[in-house]
Amino acid sequence: MMKNQRRKTEEKIFIQIMRIACGIIILVMGLIILTILKKGIPALNWKILTSVPKGGFYFGGEGGILNAIIGSLYLALGATLIAFVISTPTSLFLNVHLKKHFRMQNAIRLFIDVLWGVPSVVYGAFAFSVMIYFGLRASLLAGILTVSVFISPIMIRSMDETLKTVPLNLYEAAMSLGSTKFEIAYKIFFKKGIPGIATAILLSFGRAIGDAASVLFTTGFTDNIPKSLTQPAATLPLSIFFQLSSPIPEVQERAYAAAVVLTIIILLISITGRTISQKFMKNDIK
Amino acid sequence: MRIRTLNRKILNHYNTIIMVVTLALVILTPVVMFISIALKSSLLLGSLPIVKIFFSSAWEPSKGNFGFLPFILSSVFITILAIIIAGPICIFSALYLTQYARPRLVRIMQPVIDILAGIPSVVYGVWGILIIVPFIANTIAPNFGLQTTGYTLITGSIVLAVMIIPFILNILIEIINTVPFELTEATLSLGATKWEVIKHVIIRKAKPGIISAFGLGISRAFGETIAVLMVAGNVAKIPNGLFDPAYPLPALIANNYGEMMSIPLYDSALMMAALILFISILLFNFLSRVSIYRLEKKL
Repeated sequence: MMKNQRRKTEEKIFIQIMRIACGIIILVMGLIILTILKKGIPALNWKILTSVPKGGFYFGGEGGILNAIIGSLYLALGATLIAFVISTPTSLFLNVHLKKHFRMQNAIRLFIDVLWGVPSVVYGAFAFSVMIYFGLRASLLAGILTVSVFISPIMIRSMDETLKTVPLNLYEAAMSLGSTKFEIAYKIFFKKGIPGIATAILLSFGRAIGDAASVLFTTGFTDNIPKSLTQPAATLPLSIFFQLSSPIPEVQERAYAAAVVLTIIILLISITGRTISQKFMKNDIK
Repeated sequence: MRIRTLNRKILNHYNTIIMVVTLALVILTPVVMFISIALKSSLLLGSLPIVKIFFSSAWEPSKGNFGFLPFILSSVFITILAIIIAGPICIFSALYLTQYARPRLVRIMQPVIDILAGIPSVVYGVWGILIIVPFIANTIAPNFGLQTTGYTLITGSIVLAVMIIPFILNILIEIINTVPFELTEATLSLGATKWEVIKHVIIRKAKPGIISAFGLGISRAFGETIAVLMVAGNVAKIPNGLFDPAYPLPALIANNYGEMMSIPLYDSALMMAALILFISILLFNFLSRVSIYRLEKKL
Protein backbone atom coordinates (compact mmCIF):
# COMPACT_ATOMS: atom_id res chain seq x y z
CA MET A 1 0.00 0.00 0.00
CA MET A 2 2.78 2.37 1.01
CA LYS A 3 4.63 1.47 -2.12
CA ASN A 4 1.63 2.28 -4.25
CA GLN A 5 1.37 5.65 -2.58
CA ARG A 6 5.01 6.37 -3.33
CA ARG A 7 4.57 5.41 -6.98
CA LYS A 8 1.64 7.75 -7.35
CA THR A 9 3.48 10.61 -5.66
CA GLU A 10 6.50 10.09 -7.87
CA GLU A 11 4.32 10.33 -10.95
CA LYS A 12 2.64 13.47 -9.65
CA ILE A 13 5.96 15.16 -9.02
CA PHE A 14 7.24 14.33 -12.47
CA ILE A 15 4.05 15.49 -14.13
CA GLN A 16 4.58 18.85 -12.46
CA ILE A 17 8.18 18.95 -13.67
CA MET A 18 7.07 18.16 -17.21
CA ARG A 19 4.41 20.85 -17.06
CA ILE A 20 7.00 23.34 -15.89
CA ALA A 21 9.25 22.39 -18.82
CA CYS A 22 6.43 23.06 -21.29
CA GLY A 23 5.61 26.27 -19.46
CA ILE A 24 9.21 27.46 -19.71
CA ILE A 25 9.17 27.01 -23.47
CA ILE A 26 5.92 28.94 -23.92
CA LEU A 27 7.13 31.60 -21.53
CA VAL A 28 10.46 32.07 -23.27
CA MET A 29 8.81 32.42 -26.66
CA GLY A 30 6.42 34.98 -25.25
CA LEU A 31 9.27 36.82 -23.59
CA ILE A 32 11.28 36.98 -26.82
CA ILE A 33 8.39 38.24 -28.95
CA LEU A 34 7.31 40.73 -26.28
CA THR A 35 10.84 42.07 -25.78
CA ILE A 36 11.35 42.60 -29.49
CA LEU A 37 7.94 44.24 -29.95
CA LYS A 38 8.21 46.40 -26.84
CA LYS A 39 11.62 47.75 -27.80
CA GLY A 40 10.99 47.99 -31.50
CA ILE A 41 7.46 49.32 -31.94
CA PRO A 42 8.21 52.74 -30.39
CA ALA A 43 11.13 53.12 -32.80
CA LEU A 44 9.03 52.08 -35.77
CA ASN A 45 7.46 54.70 -38.03
CA TRP A 46 6.68 55.25 -41.68
CA LYS A 47 9.83 57.21 -42.31
CA ILE A 48 12.04 54.36 -41.17
CA LEU A 49 10.15 51.87 -43.29
CA THR A 50 10.00 53.93 -46.45
CA SER A 51 13.30 55.78 -46.78
CA VAL A 52 16.91 54.80 -47.35
CA PRO A 53 19.68 56.01 -45.04
CA LYS A 54 20.66 59.63 -45.60
CA GLY A 55 24.07 61.12 -44.76
CA GLY A 56 25.23 60.36 -41.24
CA PHE A 57 22.45 57.81 -40.73
CA TYR A 58 24.65 55.57 -38.70
CA PHE A 59 25.51 58.45 -36.41
CA GLY A 60 21.88 59.25 -35.71
CA GLY A 61 21.07 61.18 -38.92
CA GLU A 62 17.94 61.05 -41.02
CA GLY A 63 16.74 58.11 -43.03
CA GLY A 64 15.37 54.59 -42.70
CA ILE A 65 15.98 50.93 -43.37
CA LEU A 66 14.19 50.56 -46.70
CA ASN A 67 17.48 49.52 -48.30
CA ALA A 68 17.74 46.56 -45.93
CA ILE A 69 14.09 45.54 -46.29
CA ILE A 70 14.21 45.55 -50.09
CA GLY A 71 17.67 43.99 -50.14
CA SER A 72 16.55 41.16 -47.88
CA LEU A 73 13.44 40.49 -49.94
CA TYR A 74 15.45 40.41 -53.18
CA LEU A 75 18.01 38.13 -51.62
CA ALA A 76 15.52 35.72 -50.10
CA LEU A 77 13.29 35.62 -53.19
CA GLY A 78 16.24 35.03 -55.50
CA ALA A 79 17.77 32.36 -53.31
CA THR A 80 14.45 30.59 -52.78
CA LEU A 81 13.79 30.62 -56.53
CA ILE A 82 17.17 29.08 -57.36
CA ALA A 83 16.83 26.56 -54.55
CA PHE A 84 13.37 25.66 -55.86
CA VAL A 85 14.68 25.10 -59.38
CA ILE A 86 17.36 22.77 -57.99
CA SER A 87 15.33 21.08 -55.28
CA THR A 88 12.20 20.15 -57.22
CA PRO A 89 13.88 17.88 -59.80
CA THR A 90 16.19 16.46 -57.16
CA SER A 91 13.46 15.52 -54.73
CA LEU A 92 11.21 14.19 -57.52
CA PHE A 93 14.09 12.09 -58.86
CA LEU A 94 14.65 10.73 -55.39
CA ASN A 95 11.01 9.70 -55.03
CA VAL A 96 10.04 8.67 -58.55
CA HIS A 97 13.09 7.44 -60.41
CA LEU A 98 14.70 5.91 -57.35
CA LYS A 99 11.44 4.54 -55.99
CA LYS A 100 12.70 0.96 -56.11
CA HIS A 101 16.32 1.67 -55.18
CA PHE A 102 16.07 1.82 -51.43
CA ARG A 103 19.77 1.76 -50.69
CA MET A 104 20.47 4.62 -53.05
CA GLN A 105 17.52 6.58 -51.67
CA ASN A 106 18.67 6.14 -48.10
CA ALA A 107 22.24 7.03 -48.93
CA ILE A 108 21.21 10.28 -50.60
CA ARG A 109 18.84 11.15 -47.77
CA LEU A 110 21.55 10.51 -45.23
CA PHE A 111 24.00 12.68 -47.21
CA ILE A 112 21.56 15.58 -47.36
CA ASP A 113 20.59 15.21 -43.71
CA VAL A 114 24.20 15.32 -42.68
CA LEU A 115 24.70 18.45 -44.78
CA TRP A 116 21.73 20.13 -43.18
CA GLY A 117 23.78 20.95 -40.11
CA VAL A 118 26.75 22.63 -41.79
CA PRO A 119 26.71 26.17 -40.42
CA SER A 120 26.02 29.05 -42.76
CA VAL A 121 29.23 30.80 -41.77
CA VAL A 122 31.17 27.98 -43.44
CA TYR A 123 29.21 28.47 -46.66
CA GLY A 124 29.81 32.21 -46.39
CA ALA A 125 33.54 31.87 -45.85
CA PHE A 126 33.85 29.38 -48.70
CA ALA A 127 31.87 31.58 -51.09
CA PHE A 128 33.99 34.57 -50.14
CA SER A 129 37.21 32.73 -50.85
CA VAL A 130 35.84 31.68 -54.25
CA MET A 131 34.94 35.29 -54.97
CA ILE A 132 38.42 36.45 -54.09
CA TYR A 133 39.91 33.78 -56.29
CA PHE A 134 37.95 35.07 -59.27
CA GLY A 135 38.39 38.71 -58.27
CA LEU A 136 34.68 39.32 -57.70
CA ARG A 137 33.28 41.93 -55.36
CA ALA A 138 30.44 41.46 -52.91
CA SER A 139 27.15 41.56 -54.77
CA LEU A 140 23.50 40.61 -54.56
CA LEU A 141 24.12 37.75 -56.99
CA ALA A 142 26.93 36.30 -54.90
CA GLY A 143 24.67 36.46 -51.85
CA ILE A 144 21.79 34.82 -53.67
CA LEU A 145 23.99 31.97 -54.89
CA THR A 146 25.54 31.39 -51.47
CA VAL A 147 22.21 31.38 -49.67
CA SER A 148 20.63 29.12 -52.29
CA VAL A 149 23.39 26.55 -51.82
CA PHE A 150 22.85 26.63 -48.10
CA ILE A 151 19.03 26.38 -48.16
CA SER A 152 18.84 23.71 -50.88
CA PRO A 153 19.40 20.74 -48.55
CA ILE A 154 16.68 22.11 -46.27
CA MET A 155 14.24 22.50 -49.15
CA ILE A 156 15.03 19.11 -50.70
CA ARG A 157 14.56 17.23 -47.46
CA SER A 158 11.29 18.93 -46.58
CA MET A 159 9.91 18.38 -50.10
CA ASP A 160 11.11 14.80 -49.83
CA GLU A 161 9.20 14.31 -46.58
CA THR A 162 5.91 15.08 -48.38
CA LEU A 163 6.70 13.22 -51.60
CA LYS A 164 7.55 10.17 -49.52
CA THR A 165 3.92 9.94 -48.46
CA VAL A 166 2.54 9.61 -52.00
CA PRO A 167 1.20 6.04 -52.07
CA LEU A 168 3.04 3.39 -54.04
CA ASN A 169 -0.25 2.29 -55.67
CA LEU A 170 -0.54 5.61 -57.43
CA TYR A 171 2.91 5.17 -58.92
CA GLU A 172 2.18 1.64 -60.03
CA ALA A 173 -1.22 2.50 -61.49
CA ALA A 174 0.30 5.33 -63.53
CA MET A 175 3.13 3.08 -64.66
CA SER A 176 0.70 0.40 -65.83
CA LEU A 177 -1.20 2.99 -67.88
CA GLY A 178 2.01 3.69 -69.76
CA SER A 179 2.99 7.03 -68.21
CA THR A 180 6.59 8.07 -68.50
CA LYS A 181 8.49 8.82 -65.30
CA PHE A 182 8.50 12.49 -66.25
CA GLU A 183 4.72 12.49 -66.28
CA ILE A 184 4.48 10.59 -63.03
CA ALA A 185 6.91 13.00 -61.41
CA TYR A 186 5.28 16.27 -62.43
CA LYS A 187 1.66 15.33 -63.02
CA ILE A 188 1.16 13.08 -60.02
CA PHE A 189 3.87 13.47 -57.39
CA PHE A 190 4.32 17.20 -57.78
CA LYS A 191 0.57 17.87 -57.81
CA LYS A 192 -0.05 15.62 -54.83
CA GLY A 193 2.74 17.26 -52.91
CA ILE A 194 1.84 20.90 -53.58
CA PRO A 195 0.83 21.80 -50.00
CA GLY A 196 3.98 20.22 -48.60
CA ILE A 197 6.09 21.82 -51.30
CA ALA A 198 4.58 25.21 -50.47
CA THR A 199 5.51 24.72 -46.82
CA ALA A 200 9.02 23.69 -47.85
CA ILE A 201 9.37 26.89 -49.88
CA LEU A 202 8.14 29.02 -46.99
CA LEU A 203 10.51 27.30 -44.57
CA SER A 204 13.46 27.91 -46.87
CA PHE A 205 12.42 31.50 -47.48
CA GLY A 206 12.38 32.07 -43.74
CA ARG A 207 15.87 30.58 -43.44
CA ALA A 208 17.11 32.71 -46.32
CA ILE A 209 15.77 36.00 -45.01
CA GLY A 210 16.93 35.44 -41.46
CA ASP A 211 20.47 34.26 -41.99
CA ALA A 212 23.27 36.70 -41.35
CA ALA A 213 26.46 34.68 -41.39
CA SER A 214 26.26 33.59 -45.02
CA VAL A 215 25.65 37.09 -46.38
CA LEU A 216 28.18 38.79 -44.14
CA PHE A 217 31.01 38.54 -46.66
CA THR A 218 29.13 37.83 -49.87
CA THR A 219 26.42 40.44 -50.19
CA GLY A 220 28.22 43.40 -48.68
CA PHE A 221 26.32 46.35 -47.29
CA THR A 222 25.13 49.55 -48.91
CA ASP A 223 22.83 52.50 -48.32
CA ASN A 224 21.20 52.14 -51.73
CA ILE A 225 18.58 49.80 -53.04
CA PRO A 226 20.40 47.49 -55.48
CA LYS A 227 19.49 48.13 -59.11
CA SER A 228 21.24 45.12 -60.57
CA LEU A 229 22.50 41.75 -59.47
CA THR A 230 26.11 42.89 -59.54
CA GLN A 231 25.62 45.62 -56.96
CA PRO A 232 26.03 44.98 -53.25
CA ALA A 233 22.86 44.86 -51.16
CA ALA A 234 21.94 45.55 -47.56
CA THR A 235 20.05 42.91 -45.60
CA LEU A 236 17.89 43.12 -42.49
CA PRO A 237 19.96 40.79 -40.27
CA LEU A 238 23.15 42.67 -41.04
CA SER A 239 21.40 46.00 -40.65
CA ILE A 240 20.33 44.91 -37.16
CA PHE A 241 23.77 43.56 -36.37
CA PHE A 242 25.70 46.67 -37.49
CA GLN A 243 23.37 49.24 -35.99
CA LEU A 244 23.19 47.44 -32.68
CA SER A 245 26.94 47.61 -32.27
CA SER A 246 26.81 51.40 -32.54
CA PRO A 247 27.33 53.27 -29.27
CA ILE A 248 24.66 55.86 -30.18
CA PRO A 249 21.27 55.04 -28.60
CA GLU A 250 19.21 56.37 -31.55
CA VAL A 251 21.02 54.10 -33.94
CA GLN A 252 20.40 51.16 -31.61
CA GLU A 253 16.71 52.03 -31.58
CA ARG A 254 16.64 51.55 -35.31
CA ALA A 255 18.21 48.13 -34.91
CA TYR A 256 15.22 47.27 -32.70
CA ALA A 257 12.86 48.59 -35.35
CA ALA A 258 14.57 46.43 -37.98
CA ALA A 259 14.34 43.44 -35.61
CA VAL A 260 10.57 43.96 -35.36
CA VAL A 261 10.27 44.03 -39.16
CA LEU A 262 12.26 40.81 -39.47
CA THR A 263 10.32 39.11 -36.67
CA ILE A 264 6.98 40.08 -38.21
CA ILE A 265 8.07 38.67 -41.57
CA ILE A 266 9.04 35.39 -39.86
CA LEU A 267 5.76 35.26 -37.93
CA LEU A 268 3.79 35.81 -41.12
CA ILE A 269 5.69 33.00 -42.82
CA SER A 270 5.05 30.69 -39.90
CA ILE A 271 1.31 31.49 -39.81
CA THR A 272 0.94 31.06 -43.59
CA GLY A 273 2.75 27.72 -43.47
CA ARG A 274 0.52 26.48 -40.68
CA THR A 275 -2.65 27.61 -42.47
CA ILE A 276 -1.61 25.86 -45.67
CA SER A 277 -0.81 22.58 -43.98
CA GLN A 278 -3.99 22.62 -41.90
CA LYS A 279 -6.22 23.46 -44.83
CA PHE A 280 -4.90 20.57 -46.85
CA MET A 281 -4.65 18.15 -43.96
CA LYS A 282 -8.45 18.14 -43.74
CA ASN A 283 -8.81 16.64 -47.21
CA ASP A 284 -6.03 14.21 -46.66
CA ILE A 285 -7.14 10.67 -45.95
CA LYS A 286 -4.44 8.72 -44.25
CA MET B 1 -0.02 9.26 -82.29
CA ARG B 2 3.38 7.79 -82.77
CA ILE B 3 4.95 11.25 -82.88
CA ARG B 4 3.27 12.14 -79.64
CA THR B 5 4.65 9.07 -77.96
CA LEU B 6 8.07 9.90 -79.33
CA ASN B 7 7.81 13.43 -78.00
CA ARG B 8 6.86 12.13 -74.62
CA LYS B 9 9.82 9.79 -74.64
CA ILE B 10 12.21 12.57 -75.61
CA LEU B 11 10.79 14.85 -72.93
CA ASN B 12 11.18 12.06 -70.41
CA HIS B 13 14.75 11.50 -71.49
CA TYR B 14 15.78 15.15 -71.16
CA ASN B 15 13.98 15.46 -67.87
CA THR B 16 15.92 12.53 -66.46
CA ILE B 17 19.14 14.19 -67.53
CA ILE B 18 18.14 17.44 -65.82
CA MET B 19 17.25 15.57 -62.65
CA VAL B 20 20.54 13.71 -62.56
CA VAL B 21 22.40 16.97 -63.12
CA THR B 22 20.64 18.76 -60.26
CA LEU B 23 21.22 15.81 -57.97
CA ALA B 24 24.89 15.77 -58.93
CA LEU B 25 25.07 19.50 -58.24
CA VAL B 26 23.55 19.05 -54.80
CA ILE B 27 25.98 16.28 -53.96
CA LEU B 28 29.13 17.71 -55.52
CA THR B 29 28.93 21.31 -54.25
CA PRO B 30 29.58 20.38 -50.62
CA VAL B 31 32.31 17.96 -51.66
CA VAL B 32 34.06 20.71 -53.63
CA MET B 33 33.55 23.03 -50.70
CA PHE B 34 35.10 20.57 -48.28
CA ILE B 35 38.11 19.92 -50.51
CA SER B 36 38.81 23.57 -51.13
CA ILE B 37 38.51 24.48 -47.45
CA ALA B 38 40.85 21.60 -46.62
CA LEU B 39 43.33 22.71 -49.29
CA LYS B 40 43.29 26.29 -48.07
CA SER B 41 43.89 25.32 -44.47
CA SER B 42 46.74 23.01 -45.45
CA LEU B 43 48.95 26.11 -45.74
CA LEU B 44 48.70 26.64 -42.00
CA LEU B 45 49.13 22.94 -41.26
CA GLY B 46 52.30 22.98 -43.34
CA SER B 47 53.87 25.99 -41.68
CA LEU B 48 53.11 25.38 -38.01
CA PRO B 49 53.41 22.16 -36.01
CA ILE B 50 50.02 20.63 -35.24
CA VAL B 51 50.65 20.74 -31.50
CA LYS B 52 51.08 24.48 -31.72
CA ILE B 53 47.86 24.91 -33.66
CA PHE B 54 45.60 22.84 -31.44
CA PHE B 55 47.19 23.09 -28.01
CA SER B 56 48.50 26.62 -27.86
CA SER B 57 46.47 29.56 -26.70
CA ALA B 58 48.66 32.23 -28.29
CA TRP B 59 46.54 33.95 -30.94
CA GLU B 60 48.70 36.67 -32.50
CA PRO B 61 48.05 36.72 -36.24
CA SER B 62 50.52 39.56 -36.87
CA LYS B 63 53.32 37.52 -35.29
CA GLY B 64 52.30 34.33 -37.04
CA ASN B 65 51.00 32.59 -33.92
CA PHE B 66 47.75 30.76 -34.46
CA GLY B 67 46.77 28.82 -31.36
CA PHE B 68 43.22 27.57 -31.63
CA LEU B 69 42.84 26.31 -28.08
CA PRO B 70 40.83 29.30 -26.72
CA PHE B 71 38.36 29.08 -29.58
CA ILE B 72 37.97 25.33 -29.52
CA LEU B 73 37.48 25.32 -25.75
CA SER B 74 35.05 28.25 -25.94
CA SER B 75 33.00 26.40 -28.53
CA VAL B 76 33.05 23.17 -26.52
CA PHE B 77 32.15 24.84 -23.20
CA ILE B 78 29.35 26.93 -24.67
CA THR B 79 27.89 23.93 -26.47
CA ILE B 80 28.05 21.61 -23.46
CA LEU B 81 26.44 24.21 -21.22
CA ALA B 82 23.72 24.90 -23.75
CA ILE B 83 22.92 21.19 -23.95
CA ILE B 84 22.89 20.90 -20.16
CA ILE B 85 20.37 23.75 -19.99
CA ALA B 86 18.23 22.69 -22.93
CA GLY B 87 18.37 18.92 -22.36
CA PRO B 88 16.05 18.45 -19.38
CA ILE B 89 13.56 21.01 -20.71
CA CYS B 90 13.42 19.18 -24.03
CA ILE B 91 13.09 15.68 -22.59
CA PHE B 92 10.43 16.56 -20.05
CA SER B 93 8.32 18.59 -22.43
CA ALA B 94 8.64 15.99 -25.20
CA LEU B 95 7.43 13.30 -22.78
CA TYR B 96 4.58 15.46 -21.57
CA LEU B 97 3.48 16.40 -25.08
CA THR B 98 3.52 12.82 -26.32
CA GLN B 99 2.17 11.02 -23.23
CA TYR B 100 0.05 13.28 -21.07
CA ALA B 101 -0.90 16.49 -22.80
CA ARG B 102 -4.44 17.18 -23.97
CA PRO B 103 -4.82 17.90 -27.69
CA ARG B 104 -5.40 21.56 -26.85
CA LEU B 105 -1.94 21.98 -25.33
CA VAL B 106 -0.38 20.19 -28.28
CA ARG B 107 -2.18 22.60 -30.58
CA ILE B 108 -0.72 25.51 -28.63
CA MET B 109 2.76 24.06 -28.45
CA GLN B 110 3.12 23.30 -32.15
CA PRO B 111 3.10 26.93 -33.32
CA VAL B 112 5.23 27.90 -30.33
CA ILE B 113 7.91 25.42 -31.37
CA ASP B 114 7.56 26.53 -35.00
CA ILE B 115 8.02 30.17 -34.14
CA LEU B 116 10.99 29.48 -31.87
CA ALA B 117 12.57 27.47 -34.68
CA GLY B 118 11.91 30.23 -37.17
CA ILE B 119 13.18 33.25 -35.25
CA PRO B 120 16.40 34.35 -36.94
CA SER B 121 19.69 34.06 -35.12
CA VAL B 122 20.23 37.80 -35.10
CA VAL B 123 16.89 38.40 -33.35
CA TYR B 124 17.94 35.91 -30.66
CA GLY B 125 21.09 37.99 -30.38
CA VAL B 126 19.08 41.18 -29.89
CA TRP B 127 16.97 39.46 -27.25
CA GLY B 128 20.12 38.19 -25.55
CA ILE B 129 21.58 41.68 -25.40
CA LEU B 130 18.34 43.20 -24.11
CA ILE B 131 17.43 40.57 -21.51
CA ILE B 132 20.10 37.99 -20.74
CA VAL B 133 23.16 40.26 -20.74
CA PRO B 134 21.75 42.72 -18.13
CA PHE B 135 20.29 39.78 -16.17
CA ILE B 136 23.72 38.17 -15.89
CA ALA B 137 25.53 41.44 -15.21
CA ASN B 138 23.10 42.89 -12.65
CA THR B 139 21.43 39.91 -11.01
CA ILE B 140 23.37 36.67 -11.33
CA ALA B 141 27.01 37.70 -11.26
CA PRO B 142 26.72 40.01 -8.20
CA ASN B 143 25.30 37.03 -6.29
CA PHE B 144 28.64 35.34 -6.77
CA GLY B 145 30.44 38.55 -5.88
CA LEU B 146 31.64 39.02 -9.42
CA GLN B 147 31.61 41.97 -11.74
CA THR B 148 31.09 41.39 -15.44
CA THR B 149 29.79 43.21 -18.47
CA GLY B 150 27.27 40.42 -18.95
CA TYR B 151 28.87 39.33 -22.22
CA THR B 152 30.02 35.95 -20.99
CA LEU B 153 30.21 32.23 -21.61
CA ILE B 154 27.01 31.59 -19.66
CA THR B 155 25.14 34.33 -21.56
CA GLY B 156 26.08 32.68 -24.84
CA SER B 157 25.00 29.28 -23.55
CA ILE B 158 21.60 30.48 -22.35
CA VAL B 159 20.80 32.15 -25.68
CA LEU B 160 22.09 29.09 -27.52
CA ALA B 161 20.02 26.76 -25.33
CA VAL B 162 16.84 28.61 -26.24
CA MET B 163 17.78 28.41 -29.92
CA ILE B 164 18.32 24.65 -29.95
CA ILE B 165 15.28 23.76 -27.83
CA PRO B 166 12.78 23.72 -30.74
CA PHE B 167 15.22 21.76 -32.88
CA ILE B 168 15.90 19.01 -30.32
CA LEU B 169 12.28 18.95 -29.14
CA ASN B 170 10.94 18.29 -32.64
CA ILE B 171 13.26 15.32 -33.12
CA LEU B 172 12.53 13.96 -29.64
CA ILE B 173 8.77 14.06 -30.23
CA GLU B 174 9.23 12.23 -33.51
CA ILE B 175 11.42 9.59 -31.87
CA ILE B 176 9.20 9.01 -28.85
CA ASN B 177 6.27 8.56 -31.22
CA THR B 178 8.05 5.68 -32.92
CA VAL B 179 7.85 3.58 -29.73
CA PRO B 180 5.04 1.12 -30.50
CA PHE B 181 1.80 1.73 -28.69
CA GLU B 182 1.33 -1.99 -27.94
CA LEU B 183 4.42 -1.93 -25.80
CA THR B 184 3.25 0.90 -23.57
CA GLU B 185 -0.25 -0.54 -23.47
CA ALA B 186 1.01 -3.93 -22.33
CA THR B 187 2.97 -2.34 -19.50
CA LEU B 188 0.01 -0.22 -18.45
CA SER B 189 -2.20 -3.30 -18.31
CA LEU B 190 0.24 -4.87 -15.85
CA GLY B 191 -0.61 -2.09 -13.45
CA ALA B 192 2.23 0.29 -14.05
CA THR B 193 1.65 4.02 -13.76
CA LYS B 194 2.19 6.08 -16.86
CA TRP B 195 5.36 7.49 -15.39
CA GLU B 196 6.70 3.96 -14.88
CA VAL B 197 5.91 3.20 -18.50
CA ILE B 198 7.92 6.25 -19.48
CA LYS B 199 10.80 5.32 -17.21
CA HIS B 200 11.04 1.63 -17.99
CA VAL B 201 9.70 1.33 -21.54
CA ILE B 202 9.74 4.54 -23.51
CA ILE B 203 13.06 5.94 -22.37
CA ARG B 204 14.73 2.56 -22.63
CA LYS B 205 13.34 1.91 -26.12
CA ALA B 206 14.03 5.39 -27.42
CA LYS B 207 17.43 5.78 -25.79
CA PRO B 208 19.55 5.66 -28.96
CA GLY B 209 17.15 8.12 -30.56
CA ILE B 210 17.30 10.48 -27.61
CA ILE B 211 21.08 10.43 -27.67
CA SER B 212 21.02 11.12 -31.41
CA ALA B 213 18.64 14.03 -30.96
CA PHE B 214 21.17 15.55 -28.59
CA GLY B 215 23.96 14.79 -31.05
CA LEU B 216 22.12 16.80 -33.68
CA GLY B 217 21.52 19.53 -31.13
CA ILE B 218 25.24 19.62 -30.34
CA SER B 219 26.17 20.08 -33.97
CA ARG B 220 23.53 22.80 -34.30
CA ALA B 221 24.90 24.61 -31.28
CA PHE B 222 28.50 24.17 -32.37
CA GLY B 223 27.94 26.00 -35.63
CA GLU B 224 25.65 28.77 -34.45
CA THR B 225 27.27 32.07 -35.29
CA ILE B 226 25.65 35.46 -35.07
CA ALA B 227 23.63 35.16 -31.86
CA VAL B 228 26.58 33.78 -29.93
CA LEU B 229 28.91 36.33 -31.47
CA MET B 230 26.64 39.09 -30.22
CA VAL B 231 26.49 37.99 -26.58
CA ALA B 232 29.54 35.88 -25.73
CA GLY B 233 32.10 38.67 -25.39
CA ASN B 234 34.72 37.54 -27.93
CA VAL B 235 38.00 37.70 -26.05
CA ALA B 236 40.66 35.35 -27.39
CA LYS B 237 41.52 33.77 -24.05
CA ILE B 238 40.60 30.45 -22.53
CA PRO B 239 37.50 31.15 -20.40
CA ASN B 240 38.22 30.46 -16.73
CA GLY B 241 34.68 30.34 -15.51
CA LEU B 242 31.05 30.83 -16.40
CA PHE B 243 31.36 34.57 -16.14
CA ASP B 244 34.38 34.92 -18.40
CA PRO B 245 33.96 36.04 -21.99
CA ALA B 246 34.22 33.31 -24.60
CA TYR B 247 35.17 33.35 -28.28
CA PRO B 248 33.80 30.36 -30.21
CA LEU B 249 35.05 29.25 -33.63
CA PRO B 250 32.14 30.52 -35.77
CA ALA B 251 32.44 33.96 -34.16
CA LEU B 252 36.15 33.95 -34.95
CA ILE B 253 35.42 33.41 -38.63
CA ALA B 254 32.59 35.92 -38.78
CA ASN B 255 34.55 38.63 -36.98
CA ASN B 256 37.76 38.41 -38.92
CA TYR B 257 37.09 36.98 -42.34
CA GLY B 258 37.17 39.72 -44.90
CA GLU B 259 39.95 41.72 -43.30
CA MET B 260 42.64 39.06 -43.18
CA MET B 261 43.63 39.41 -46.82
CA SER B 262 47.02 41.00 -46.16
CA ILE B 263 48.34 37.94 -44.30
CA PRO B 264 48.01 34.69 -46.27
CA LEU B 265 48.57 32.58 -43.19
CA TYR B 266 45.70 34.36 -41.42
CA ASP B 267 43.40 33.49 -44.30
CA SER B 268 44.50 29.89 -44.02
CA ALA B 269 43.98 29.93 -40.25
CA LEU B 270 40.39 31.08 -40.58
CA MET B 271 39.80 28.36 -43.16
CA MET B 272 41.27 25.97 -40.62
CA ALA B 273 38.61 27.16 -38.17
CA ALA B 274 35.96 26.49 -40.81
CA LEU B 275 37.44 23.04 -41.40
CA ILE B 276 37.36 22.15 -37.70
CA LEU B 277 33.69 23.21 -37.58
CA PHE B 278 32.89 21.36 -40.78
CA ILE B 279 34.49 18.07 -39.75
CA SER B 280 33.16 18.00 -36.21
CA ILE B 281 29.63 18.86 -37.31
CA LEU B 282 29.65 16.29 -40.12
CA LEU B 283 30.85 13.67 -37.68
CA PHE B 284 28.20 14.41 -35.05
CA ASN B 285 25.46 14.63 -37.67
CA PHE B 286 26.52 11.43 -39.36
CA LEU B 287 26.64 9.35 -36.19
CA SER B 288 23.32 10.71 -34.94
CA ARG B 289 21.52 10.30 -38.24
CA VAL B 290 22.74 6.76 -38.79
CA SER B 291 21.51 5.76 -35.37
CA ILE B 292 18.11 7.43 -35.96
CA TYR B 293 17.78 5.60 -39.30
CA ARG B 294 18.54 2.30 -37.60
CA LEU B 295 16.02 2.98 -34.87
CA GLU B 296 13.26 3.86 -37.31
CA LYS B 297 13.94 0.79 -39.37
CA LYS B 298 13.90 -1.51 -36.36
CA LEU B 299 10.63 -0.27 -34.93
